[in-house]
Amino acid sequence: MKDIVEIRWHGRGGQGAKTASLLLADAAFNTGKYVQGFPEYGPERMGAPITAYNRISSERSTVHSNIYFPDYVVVVDETLLSAVDVTAGLKKEGAIVINSGKSPEELRPLLKGYEGRVCTIDAGKISEEELGKNFPNTPMLAAIVKVSGVVEPDAFVKDMEASFKHKFASKPQVIEGNMRALKRSMEEVQVG
Amino acid sequence: MGIRERLSGNEAVAYAMKQINPDVMGAFPITPSTEIPQYFSTYVDNGEVDTEFIAVESEHSAMSTCIGAEAAGCRAISATSSCGLCYMTEMLYVAASDRLPITLAVSCRALSGPININNDHSDAMGVRDCGWLMLFAETNQEAYDNYLQAMRIGEAVSLPIMICQDGFITSHAIENIELVETEKVKEFVGEYKPQHFLLNKDEPMAVGAYATPVYYMEAKRQQAQAMMDAKEVIKKVGAEFAAMTGREYGLIEKYMMDDAEEAIIIIGSSAGTAKEAIQNLRAQGKKVGLIKIRSFRPFPAEDIAEALKNVKAFAAMDKDDSFNAHCGPIFAETAAALYAAGISAPKGINYIYGLGGRDVRVESIEHVFAELEKVAATGETGETYRYLDVRE
Repeated sequence: MKDIVEIRWHGRGGQGAKTASLLLADAAFNTGKYVQGFPEYGPERMGAPITAYNRISSERSTVHSNIYFPDYVVVVDETLLSAVDVTAGLKKEGAIVINSGKSPEELRPLLKGYEGRVCTIDAGKISEEELGKNFPNTPMLAAIVKVSGVVEPDAFVKDMEASFKHKFASKPQVIEGNMRALKRSMEEVQVG
Repeated sequence: MGIRERLSGNEAVAYAMKQINPDVMGAFPITPSTEIPQYFSTYVDNGEVDTEFIAVESEHSAMSTCIGAEAAGCRAISATSSCGLCYMTEMLYVAASDRLPITLAVSCRALSGPININNDHSDAMGVRDCGWLMLFAETNQEAYDNYLQAMRIGEAVSLPIMICQDGFITSHAIENIELVETEKVKEFVGEYKPQHFLLNKDEPMAVGAYATPVYYMEAKRQQAQAMMDAKEVIKKVGAEFAAMTGREYGLIEKYMMDDAEEAIIIIGSSAGTAKEAIQNLRAQGKKVGLIKIRSFRPFPAEDIAEALKNVKAFAAMDKDDSFNAHCGPIFAETAAALYAAGISAPKGINYIYGLGGRDVRVESIEHVFAELEKVAATGETGETYRYLDVRE
């Protein structure tokens, strides 16, 4: 039995769901895993629904199809709940993580009877407060790591700090803001 | 041993280009191969390579640039996809017949119409008779490894070579990869020392001259010979590459074929998905296997016939259609390979699949094997020309 975790991301073009899936692949890669991170390309345009995927495993997965029965789903834009069947195929042992100021109890009725865990995180608010702009990527990434445990949380925090230090070497304030956003998200994610 | 990394297929090919540091790149962007010249132009700009990057106004000019450069005695490269490859076609023939070992990276994509940016093999298969060597990759690792072997193969037989991978499916997917240290790459690829080249003042020559009927056919016969000779070269270079990296490459890859009664013949990224399906079916006790074509040009007719001779039924999987009301190119060439080898027992069917990015699932391949089981049991193929996962 292969231990493989499959994650599907739903976002809108321009919000960075694809980038977030690649960042998660990076984080898992850095802890020694085999990773896949890939987007599903349609007619790309700002605001259109987009999907991205991750496979994370301890042995290489040879499958090159999209993911139909994910362990986890991440919804970067709450307005997609009414537009896309986000829980399609989602395993009930898994969870859905939604970027929203609402509670899991408020959102569960919108999820077509999904029986697994429903998690919410106000990534927009955290991003606005810590980075001054709406970049929901970092908080969403932290939330899915916390909920799924696909990367060991302490290792994840250390790895992300190193990666931000490398990426924003000339902007230390951005590093601190991102790290605060990351840690807040891991603490504030609500599991219902 | 090697460098553990994670890269997309396009990044991996661009990185291989950087490690090789060729003399000239002529390129024009087109989705989904755009990232290759994009990354490479950054290496040029940073001074990480000293390649002359020639930004041109079309793919026709990109290939013309490569032809001029390679004829002059340089290593020349390009990258393209889809209609870009179509637009190069006239010059692809010139490159091959002038015996110029140019290296072209192709991130395969559907052709119009309807307009579509996603993967299938219509572009590469459309130019399969241009006289180019063509290697296909299942993964980003194979795209990278094939690229590292490309110049050794092409230059040994004086033929240009295409290194094909599946657009988006591997070109834009981040996966683990093991890179070869740059010093080892340089040693493996070596210096390009053409026997004849335009800038050799001691040997004035013409390239691309007119050939009357008295000479034309002899030139073509020599091209055909070079393509036949390439089979051994591909195996030899693959063996040397295996000695360096531990990763083995031949003309085909056989997966679970030793006792297989039903098999598929497939090319590109869907081979990986099919391997998962085969593992599932093997767990149920079914004797199924796979032949993955790595080298489509030259076509490994003998190897495929040998691998298929004991199966009861096979399906050739074509990610494009020849629109001949009969079958796709892999089925046609596989059937010809069996006939030429005098093998007639295996029953064969053809599937056209995965057009324009239609997702190929593990279940899709399991369905093909379920159909093959019926063919094997009854000895009846039924309709041999079939479409997979299509609404009708």
